[in-house]
Amino acid sequence: MRRMTWFNVTSLTLGFAFLYLPMVILIIFSFNASKLVTVWAGFSTKWYGELIRNEAFLDAAWVTIKVAVISSSIATVLGTMAALVLVRAGRFSGRTLFSGMIYAPLVMPEVITGLSLLLLFIGIGLDRGILTVILAHTTFSMCYVSVVVSSRLVSFDQSLEEAALDLGCSPASAFRLVTLPIIAPAVISGWLLAFTLSLDDLVIASFTAGPSATTLPIKIWSSIRLGLSPEINALSTIMIAIVTVGVITASLTSKRASLKRQADERAAT
Amino acid sequence: MSQTVFAPWNDPQAKPLIQFKNVTKRFGDFVAIDNQSFDIYAREFFALLGPSGCGKTTMMRMLAGFETPTEGTILLAGQDIAPIPPNKRAVNMMFQSYALFPHLSVWENIAFGLKRDKVAKDKIAERVEQMLKLTRLEKFAKRKPHQISGGQRQRVALARSLAKAPKLLLLDEPLGALDAKLRQETQFELMDIQETTGTTFVIVTHDQEEAMTVASRVAVMDHGRIIQADTPANIYEMPNSVYVADFIGEVTIIEGRVTKSGNGYDVAFAEGAPPLHAESDKVFQNGQSCHLAIRPEKVTVSAEPPQDAANAVQGRILDIAYLGNLSTYHVELPSGQIIKAQTANTRRLSRRSFTWEDTVWLSWTATAGVLLEG
Repeated sequence: MRRMTWFNVTSLTLGFAFLYLPMVILIIFSFNASKLVTVWAGFSTKWYGELIRNEAFLDAAWVTIKVAVISSSIATVLGTMAALVLVRAGRFSGRTLFSGMIYAPLVMPEVITGLSLLLLFIGIGLDRGILTVILAHTTFSMCYVSVVVSSRLVSFDQSLEEAALDLGCSPASAFRLVTLPIIAPAVISGWLLAFTLSLDDLVIASFTAGPSATTLPIKIWSSIRLGLSPEINALSTIMIAIVTVGVITASLTSKRASLKRQADERAAT
Repeated sequence: MSQTVFAPWNDPQAKPLIQFKNVTKRFGDFVAIDNQSFDIYAREFFALLGPSGCGKTTMMRMLAGFETPTEGTILLAGQDIAPIPPNKRAVNMMFQSYALFPHLSVWENIAFGLKRDKVAKDKIAERVEQMLKLTRLEKFAKRKPHQISGGQRQRVALARSLAKAPKLLLLDEPLGALDAKLRQETQFELMDIQETTGTTFVIVTHDQEEAMTVASRVAVMDHGRIIQADTPANIYEMPNSVYVADFIGEVTIIEGRVTKSGNGYDVAFAEGAPPLHAESDKVFQNGQSCHLAIRPEKVTVSAEPPQDAANAVQGRILDIAYLGNLSTYHVELPSGQIIKAQTANTRRLSRRSFTWEDTVWLSWTATAGVLLEG
């Protein structure tokens, strides 16, 4: 074990401060009694109360959740299919092009993705609304899913599927009964990734969402332009809490699963 | 009870279970199987033996249905199997990696194939119990594959592939992952199971000892061709080529030229050395070049010149490989030719008569060596 020298302690403190100080300030000020965001006037939870009564925010939250659930589910299906083709199909003509095109949105500036989708929707005469946001989010989060799933598929033993076929499965039921249960953790984390990406996307949503479909990030962004409000702080704090709980639960579950597996393996030998 | 020898391949009336007819398999330019025709009979334990890349796995994957022949046909019980997908074939395979389903218990793994066939629940339970008993896995039925040892996993894989009572069971390097002792035990277990179930087994292996132990017939393969397919004893005692002689077991191969002499041939192998004598059913022309293959255990080592031996040569011990029960002597003749001779260590090592650099006589009979064209 290394000694905790003053240098280590300082760099650790600075590093964490850099990462978390803004959020800590935000959380503290969400409990501020004053309407002025920068002046502390005592502890209060009144902004949380205000938030619950704010219809516009609640509507935006509901839209965001709908968009995130639907788009990440479609993206998971499409992304998993793309990953299967990329990993399994071996060398077919145009494979490099195809895999390049799958991964391109990862590095594409969001502004360009958003703009091109906007042009497409106008071009085909699709009115901007919740549907267009869902389509846009599906498009860009699908490639993240396919990256996550294909990294799992690479280490997937192909003979498992062959064994299923050999024992009488049709190709479809071999996938359902053997492949899918085994790659399920990767598919689920792909879904979670797509869900969070959709949840906090501002740029693409602002290009593709019409007035009828304001997502939470758009709502927050537009209300900040009218001035900072403690309500936004409260809302952000709630979002931070949700994400934190989600991350901790996910990591605890996977840690427990791997510990159980290790114990099982020890028992086996 | 009259004991009949199991040898359907010698019976012209016997109907083969599997027939390969002029089967060729190409992957791009690479010829994996080169125009092969052969038969496998019901209840056989047929081994495909060869170095890696010789085409043995491709042969098996064509039987399982994961590859289709580029040319030629494969018949299973008289029916062309090329259009039948793997899930519709009465063939099951035990995979090299075992390919056990990690998310299912041992019991569910074994029941997997039966459930696909929509077998009644109680029938499935009955069959699985039977398989667990056969492979002595009753205690592990509820475990997951990662909770059992390598040997047990191998038995689960075997039970799973036998559960559907296939006409033909394919085993792809089934014992590769086991250590030597466990492998030997499992080989005998496999033979027992093959006998009790009466299933036809085709095994792919690169381990010649394994092939010799378990198989009724061994097909030695090289570069997509079966060089020789015969019983283990015939393969060992009567190899048809230098490749087979060299691939199976230890052997000394002496190159020379033949001259007809008495009941056999004289083999001149070195300037000034007296020719060796070997009998052979094959016909050779005088002066034809040949290889004489001699198994080390058929060569006797002695200090004194042997009496009436068909072949006797003198040489110097270059090396001794001590294997416990056996010792192999590498003896160098004056011509530089090295001959391997094996003796059983019936006496303690300290009483061994020969040591390094000793000059000894080697002798063998006229039928000990096999003359091969070369």
